Amino acid sequence: MTTTTAAPAGITNSLTTGRLPKGAPWLILGGSWAVMLLVFMFVKAANEDADYNIAAALFFGTILFDILLTIVAYLVEGARQARDRLVTSLVATAFIIALLPLVSLLFTVVSNGLARFDLAFFTNSMRNVVGEGGGGLHAITGTLLITGMATLISVPIGLLTAIYLVEYGRGALARAITFFVDVMTGIPSIVAGLFAFALFALLFDDPGIRFGFGGSVALSLLMIPVVVRSSEEMLKIVPNELREAAYALGVPKWLTILKVVIPTAIAGIATGVTLAISRVIGETAPLLIIAGLSTSMNYDLFNDRMASLPVFVYTQYQSNGTDINNLERAWTGSLTLILIVMALNLIARLIAKIFSPKLGR
Amino acid sequence: MTTATEPAPIKARQRPADRVFAGASLVAGIIILLALAAVAVFLVAQSLPAFVADPKELKGEPDSFLAYVAPLVFGTIWAAFLALLMALPLSLGIALFISHYAPRRVAQGLGYIIDLLAAVPSVVFGLWGIKVLAPAVGPLYIWLTENLGWIPLFAPPASGTGKTVLTVAIVLAVMIIPIITALCREVFLQTPVLHEEAALALGATRWEMIQMAVLPFGRPGIVSAAMLGLGRALGETMVVAMVLSPAFLITFVLTSGQNSPTIAGNIALNFPEAFGVNVNALIATGLILFGITLLINSIARAIVNRRKAFSGAN
Repeated sequence: MTTTTAAPAGITNSLTTGRLPKGAPWLILGGSWAVMLLVFMFVKAANEDADYNIAAALFFGTILFDILLTIVAYLVEGARQARDRLVTSLVATAFIIALLPLVSLLFTVVSNGLARFDLAFFTNSMRNVVGEGGGGLHAITGTLLITGMATLISVPIGLLTAIYLVEYGRGALARAITFFVDVMTGIPSIVAGLFAFALFALLFDDPGIRFGFGGSVALSLLMIPVVVRSSEEMLKIVPNELREAAYALGVPKWLTILKVVIPTAIAGIATGVTLAISRVIGETAPLLIIAGLSTSMNYDLFNDRMASLPVFVYTQYQSNGTDINNLERAWTGSLTLILIVMALNLIARLIAKIFSPKLGR
Repeated sequence: MTTATEPAPIKARQRPADRVFAGASLVAGIIILLALAAVAVFLVAQSLPAFVADPKELKGEPDSFLAYVAPLVFGTIWAAFLALLMALPLSLGIALFISHYAPRRVAQGLGYIIDLLAAVPSVVFGLWGIKVLAPAVGPLYIWLTENLGWIPLFAPPASGTGKTVLTVAIVLAVMIIPIITALCREVFLQTPVLHEEAALALGATRWEMIQMAVLPFGRPGIVSAAMLGLGRALGETMVVAMVLSPAFLITFVLTSGQNSPTIAGNIALNFPEAFGVNVNALIATGLILFGITLLINSIARAIVNRRKAFSGAN
């Protein structure tokens, strides 16, 4: 900047000619947002019953910015630079568009969910509740039990498979397992639920079977591939020198894995497991099919229908009719569910940050 | 060296615990393969009665099992295709924004924000779709049918409630954006830095550099990311069950209140009350869904794996 001012008048700096000043895009962005906010304000003034739609205003403002910036850049900088500017602004627009539903969703869930986010919701079940009151305790309990059981099934199988793939597996079988674990990550959750139903309906010869443990089996089908993938990645990055040092001391292979490899990778594995739990805890479809729905507390995974939080939200929404209380409970259930998932994600990141081995010296 | 015979490799003594541990890990791996096989076997076993049953016993009394399945398969693919059509360009933009445009320091934070979308449970997306999005887009659909009704996609009458396949596709698109974005971002970040710098050194603008270096390098990754996103959209249940107003017909119309149902949504809506051979029919449709997603995921994974062997990234 100082060089430009120091340069004698009449001689332009050849490095900055034909370029837009640095702040120009931001200026145009702010300008087009302001214009669109004003336009929408006029629309509101002209049409009394229209809502002031701030999201739409910002959206159209961003589009206006894309067009304006391209034109200005074309006039000042030429066609190639204009195309570059256009893509830059479009890419940023794509990001903003993706943010709109996220912000809208979080805002709606929080503002609608807070109405019933009270003590009663966390201490009552829905047994014999009509109209006001009631809560999601039975659903929260059911979700914790079913997901806990699914974790108990998935973690040993998933971790051992990861160990097999990294430490033992060579050849066709290992390749097949890797491939099918990848394929398994894409199984639709409802198919997992149908599988659990088909399995237990045949095993117990009961065509209307509903119980919590079936939900755990369905969820672990979705959870195992996630656990395998993340644990595999973590075991792979354990330095080979650690294993070789253990072998050199005469430690058998299984003890090396148990005492050297796994403790080194344990933070990453725990992170992966937590993320896997957060992925399945919001699954609705499989539980709707095999765990069913219930309005009462049920602590027994192996008998009778068991409610879960996602299914609770779904049924409360479905049966709302004219009763606003049901819808309020559905929103509060959603808020609780999102909070649980966010908490799990946060815990996962904390584990990764605090317990990861300090490799650098 | 060349003449000396190789000494026999020294093998560590196998202790019993070693065998147990190796065996347990092998068994765990085999259990996974068995589980996947069991999914196919039990679904087939439970859906057999539906193939041989009298189609008049099925819900809606179709002429044949094929007539029962056709609208479901069409609706599933149509909704997922629309979702992919909307999600792919957006995801590519977001992935490029995070990998090549945003300042290094905030890029990771922006990635987390997009990952937040993946953390929202599908039932909450469904609730948002029906209570917030559908009422918001309803007037837009009426406007579309009034002014663009001559396009077959927007044929009148419009659904004033917004419970149409287009609304479903929008929500599905939002749900698969984080998956496609995450995969594309990884691929774009693996572009050899030398290629990028070479393009920039020749005077390319940033977009020309991306066209020349980043996109050609990432094309297989983009294709497989899109297919994985498609697979996810095909199997998504709750959003469809809550938002779509279904009818048993095949239609391309985006804005009507009569939409082709999807397999997953149909199962979720009808399974809790189904009985007799209808249960088997629903499981049979689930088997078809399983087949479609298995095929698409296998192709996507095969593309990724073939790529892995050649790239220097790992």
